[in-house]
Amino acid sequence: MSQHDHGAPPSDTALRVKALESLLVEKGLVDPAALDALIDTYENKVGPRNGAAVVARAWADPDYKVRLLGDATAAIAEFGFTGRQGEHMVAVENTTRVHNVVVCTLCSCYPWTVLGLPPVWYKASPYRARVVKEPRAVLAEFGVTLPEDVEMRVWDSTAEIRYLVLPRRPEGSEALGEAELAELVTRDSMIGTGLALIPDAMRAKTEAAE
Amino acid sequence: MNGAHDMGGMDGFGPVDIEKNEPIFHAEWERRAFALTVAMGAHGLWNIDMSRFMRENRDPLGYLEDSYYERWLYGLEALLERNNLVTRDEIAARMRSLAEGGGEDAA
Repeated sequence: MSQHDHGAPPSDTALRVKALESLLVEKGLVDPAALDALIDTYENKVGPRNGAAVVARAWADPDYKVRLLGDATAAIAEFGFTGRQGEHMVAVENTTRVHNVVVCTLCSCYPWTVLGLPPVWYKASPYRARVVKEPRAVLAEFGVTLPEDVEMRVWDSTAEIRYLVLPRRPEGSEALGEAELAELVTRDSMIGTGLALIPDAMRAKTEAAE
Repeated sequence: MNGAHDMGGMDGFGPVDIEKNEPIFHAEWERRAFALTVAMGAHGLWNIDMSRFMRENRDPLGYLEDSYYERWLYGLEALLERNNLVTRDEIAARMRSLAEGGGEDAA
């Protein structure tokens, strides 16, 4: 990835944005307080914890899982997670036989209501170009290797439809409640470039056996 | 529309660059460019497809060289110009006056 992908601007980009904001405020087209509120929302309030709550409920409540896989937009709205860039949601379930991965090859479409704003790698050329062609190689760069007999399904988002991956519930999580389950759900596990975390109790047992 | 953005399946971009503990934004100007774009979108003067078209209908080298929020900025400026709200000349003039430390545009 080039340095540019990390946002290092040519020297006048910051000034350009400042000039544009100043003009739009002067013309009455934007309110600086509304800009601050938008930034606060997406920097501090909306993020992958929303999606983790949805996944945890789908793991804990079979009826909810049926609703989520049947009409994800409505099931996610049960949490109050509605609005921009989440108007038409589809949930896809990972199983022992199928692993789902989400991309937006054309730009950066992403389910803001459940995951917040996308990370730079999701918006950058290497992921967009390669995950549709060599998903296993890309997953390996995230440290994820799946058995050869698992079918890979890559979903290319559109301006309208946004996908949420329902990761597999990890072994050893049977006794956990929703709040504890949500702690196991990472952002990447809901994009498909990661897996849900293994519970501490299971990890300790595995390490003791080694 | 085809173009440099239609990169699914292309080779040669190298490995995915994963940043650990990545912040939501990497600079203050990214915060403001994001918020300006979303706030202007809320006026309903254009839709998401028009925004995308403006970001993508441009010279391929410029698209590939720009960082993500620079593409947003480029697209927002194009939409504002097309809707007769702000011209790029006005932006250039305001940049000059801000650089000189004044609030008024240089004559």
